[in-house]
Amino acid sequence: MPPVVFLKNVNKIFGPAERPTTIALRDINLEIEPREFISLIGPSGCGKSTLLRAIGDLIEVSSGEVMVNDKPARQARVNREYGMVFQAPVLFEWRTVLRNVELPLEVMGVPKAERTRRGREMLRLVELQNFERHYPWQLSGGMQQRVAIARALAFRPGLLLMDEPFGALDEITRERMNAELLRIWHETQTTVVFVTHSIPEAVFLSTRVVVMSARPGRISDLITIDLPYPRNVETREHPRFFELVTTVREALRKGEEMRE
Amino acid sequence: MVNPSRFQRYAPPIVVFFAVVILWEVLVDVLNIQRFLLPAPSVIAEAFFNTFSAIMNSAAYTVRSAVIGFLVGAGAGVLVALATVRWTTMREGLMPFAIALNSVPIIAFAPIMNNWFGSTNPMSKIMIVAVITFFPMMINMVRGLTLVEPAKIELMRSYATTPLEVLTKVRIPNALPYLFNALKVCSTLALIGAIVGEYFGGPRESLGVYILQEAQLFRFDNAWAAIIISALLGIAFYLIILAAERIAIPWHASVDRR
Repeated sequence: MPPVVFLKNVNKIFGPAERPTTIALRDINLEIEPREFISLIGPSGCGKSTLLRAIGDLIEVSSGEVMVNDKPARQARVNREYGMVFQAPVLFEWRTVLRNVELPLEVMGVPKAERTRRGREMLRLVELQNFERHYPWQLSGGMQQRVAIARALAFRPGLLLMDEPFGALDEITRERMNAELLRIWHETQTTVVFVTHSIPEAVFLSTRVVVMSARPGRISDLITIDLPYPRNVETREHPRFFELVTTVREALRKGEEMRE
Repeated sequence: MVNPSRFQRYAPPIVVFFAVVILWEVLVDVLNIQRFLLPAPSVIAEAFFNTFSAIMNSAAYTVRSAVIGFLVGAGAGVLVALATVRWTTMREGLMPFAIALNSVPIIAFAPIMNNWFGSTNPMSKIMIVAVITFFPMMINMVRGLTLVEPAKIELMRSYATTPLEVLTKVRIPNALPYLFNALKVCSTLALIGAIVGEYFGGPRESLGVYILQEAQLFRFDNAWAAIIISALLGIAFYLIILAAERIAIPWHASVDRR
């Protein structure tokens, strides 16, 4: 089985070629296997969001190869092979919750009855089935983000790209959303690439944590998280959890020291 | 206030209204204010009922000019704004002028329009109203179509959508609150444009000419009655747009959520 995401010698330079202003990504090499949950973690400005956008073909890379499901990232985007969740929910204020979830299906020309059926199914998945007729402003931040996740999963993409989706939520809501996301990941069998700057979040969720460092943005470490699934509240109190949190923290510190 | 009754909601403005009218009536009487300076409300009310059909006859002409001009001006504003989404250079070229012209008192062009089309030709009033309503509509619509959360565009890009889908599913719905704000502004401007345009010359049966003539003949009670009709027409126009807004964008914050 080919990797879901394959990155080879990826570079991204902002500014004109002769006078580059920022080296956002330097020599990124990474392979993500099906069913993995990968977190990209690093200080702000390390290019983790840029890397995620490169995988989604939302920005162009300056050099290197970005392959998704064995084809160029652009082709994968045109084929609609991934779902995207941003830090803000990015819901359309003029659409009800259900119609927000239906948006990608609408764009893809799915018939109305099927759209509604699938939209409702997704809302059940994120446990918001009783809110389908609400408008986004009537929901809390956490609920809005769950709608965004339902929307990203509505067309059953094999890959879910998430850019600090819980960054704006309070700690309690965030931990609940983490557990929720693992359940959804388990039920939908998707591959997830998840950008975060929270170490416990990355350790709790991931199969592997990609540690990045800034200026230039590069991968400084890859840490396999060997905590057993299903993970729950007890996982966060497990000694191994604390060990891994420390490992990631030290890797981040080492990455900072490598700075040029 | 938890679920105030209708009475609680409407009582304060009604009390204020009657207080002002009574105060006005009393002050005109006590201070012995001359009728040509300010007629008492009772005198205006009498003139209102006596001349109602004559005023409404004139008002029909004025409203027609205002509404047609409004449709032409606001419609053109929307179309030009839509075109600037497609042709960015057009937007960059036009916007500075539109914003500059929007702060110009366009009504000053009314005599020129009268000269161009003839003061008794309805076209002269329709054109002045169209020009007055065009700029606020165009400027507001350009803002509504372009001030879109960038992540919404990025989301649509992740779905590999066409620019047309971005327009119909993101930009146009995003612009609707701006559209209604502009329509509210334009509804007021349209009536002002038509009436003031008529002050510079118009057919005998029009609100502007009626008010002007009655004032010149010292029939100030009739002039005031006509001014009140204009005010009521302006409010009615505004309320129609408010009602349309409630139906069209129930999700928006400007719409009462009770």
